[in-house]
Amino acid sequence: MSDEKVVLNFPPQIIDQPIIYRLIKERGLVVNILQARISPNEWGRMVVEIGGNEAQLDAATKFLKELGVRVESLAGEVRWLEDRCNQCTACISACPTHALVINRAGMTVTFDKEKCIACELCLSTCPYQALEILFE
Amino acid sequence: MAKTIQEINEKIRQGKAVVYTAEEIIGVVKEKGLKKAATLVDVVTTGTFGPMCSSGAYFNVGHANPRIKMGGGTVTVNDVPAYAGFAAVDLMVGANALPEDDPRNKVFPGKFSYGGAHVIEDLVAGKDVRLKASAYGTDCYPRKNLDTWIRLEDLNEAALFNMRNAYQNYNVAVNLSDRVIYTYMGVLQPKMRNANYCTAGQLSPLLNDPLYRTIGIGTRIFLGGGQGYVVSHGTQHNPGVPRTEQGVPTRPAGTLTVWGDLKKMSPRWLRGASFRGYGVTLTVGVGVPIPILDEQILRFTSVSDKEIIGPVVDYGEAYPNCKPQVLAEVTVAQLKSGEITVDGQKVVTAGLSSYARAREIALTLKNWIEEGAFLLSEPLAPLPGPDSGYVFKPLNLRPWEPVKEAV
Repeated sequence: MSDEKVVLNFPPQIIDQPIIYRLIKERGLVVNILQARISPNEWGRMVVEIGGNEAQLDAATKFLKELGVRVESLAGEVRWLEDRCNQCTACISACPTHALVINRAGMTVTFDKEKCIACELCLSTCPYQALEILFE
Repeated sequence: MAKTIQEINEKIRQGKAVVYTAEEIIGVVKEKGLKKAATLVDVVTTGTFGPMCSSGAYFNVGHANPRIKMGGGTVTVNDVPAYAGFAAVDLMVGANALPEDDPRNKVFPGKFSYGGAHVIEDLVAGKDVRLKASAYGTDCYPRKNLDTWIRLEDLNEAALFNMRNAYQNYNVAVNLSDRVIYTYMGVLQPKMRNANYCTAGQLSPLLNDPLYRTIGIGTRIFLGGGQGYVVSHGTQHNPGVPRTEQGVPTRPAGTLTVWGDLKKMSPRWLRGASFRGYGVTLTVGVGVPIPILDEQILRFTSVSDKEIIGPVVDYGEAYPNCKPQVLAEVTVAQLKSGEITVDGQKVVTAGLSSYARAREIALTLKNWIEEGAFLLSEPLAPLPGPDSGYVFKPLNLRPWEPVKEAV
């Protein structure tokens, strides 16, 4: 029994389908949704932790891909490049796990890698390319 | 006890000037009282480091052999179009210019990772940039093509010329629509899930001299890491907006046009900025010294974040359609706390202008003055003030129509 963190990207045409429900009910997987963003007419994005044996995980990946869902392993690592950072604090409100936080006294940004779930929301907020994601 | 700039400069030359930043001065006035502090303090320094769109640099690259007339031709620098509507080898690079057909921008929302502002940053950082030009050729300028590396130190004149910088106050942007929007105020989540603001607040140059009593044409300033000057009021200068009793505008108000020698600037204070789904702009460091000539001027510089008010504006539908509604007014202190409340809804906030860097600019300018390396200049003429009648107008649409011929 292993837990795998994956990033699921749903094309706009299928975001109204109960896909996670089917993973749980039909495939018997333990699914923990860490982060989800679904909006009409847009690609939906979820970071989930899926628990199951290897066969179940393989079957689940196949099932999702057949539906058109893009499945990526969360082996990515977000890096904060301190020397490129301007301390503008634009990224702070985007971070759902408070990995990026602001020190209110100095109005400076700090990054706690342990709290980061690589949801990538901060990447689009940084104007100075001080946040990047590296995939293994 | 009115002081003059001449008297203050004399003290600066002697290394005796008393200088505080616009943040430090708040505590000084509280502790000593306005009257005593006004006698004691000579200069208050301000600073801001934020995206300032209407920025650019002009330069003279020197003549090639044989000569080429780039003026009237087509020119790019690192594939970013430069403006070549001047003389043979005089060029201008605008911060927002983008490479044509950049694949990074073709798919919505677009990354906009490189544009005019990055060319300026690269030049100031001493990097080589690629200049390509094609010209129609004349007898005196026969050359039709040019493809050469250039760098800042080899140029003749290289000046930063920003026609709109240091906006006095700005909107707090939210998005009431139900899809994510990409704006010059950053990525805005639907249903007002976040609010972005862009101000240096109590450190901001024009918010510390709200009625433009001391800042005028010719004021010497910190610009991009070097020294520069205020040339005039900037584009969209709008002094007649509503103000608090302390004179602080509650809507975007004054702006500055600034100039400085690019060769003396630093890439720490001139950074290209990429706004996803929107475009490229230049983040500029500006710092203005305020001479404390009387008590009123000192009172203005002791403004704090909780006395500065910004309007919350919807960028989903209202802003693009020029609808003037303001959803709420919030203080900069509230914005900096990380959360504001609009119509009973809690909204998380984030800034676009770096307060930490603004503080560093104000401190740097303070050091320059204390060391006698920076003298204040007497403004040559004032900026249009709140009672001048000067107004920022919208475009009056008068579409072209073909002339109907009489039959």
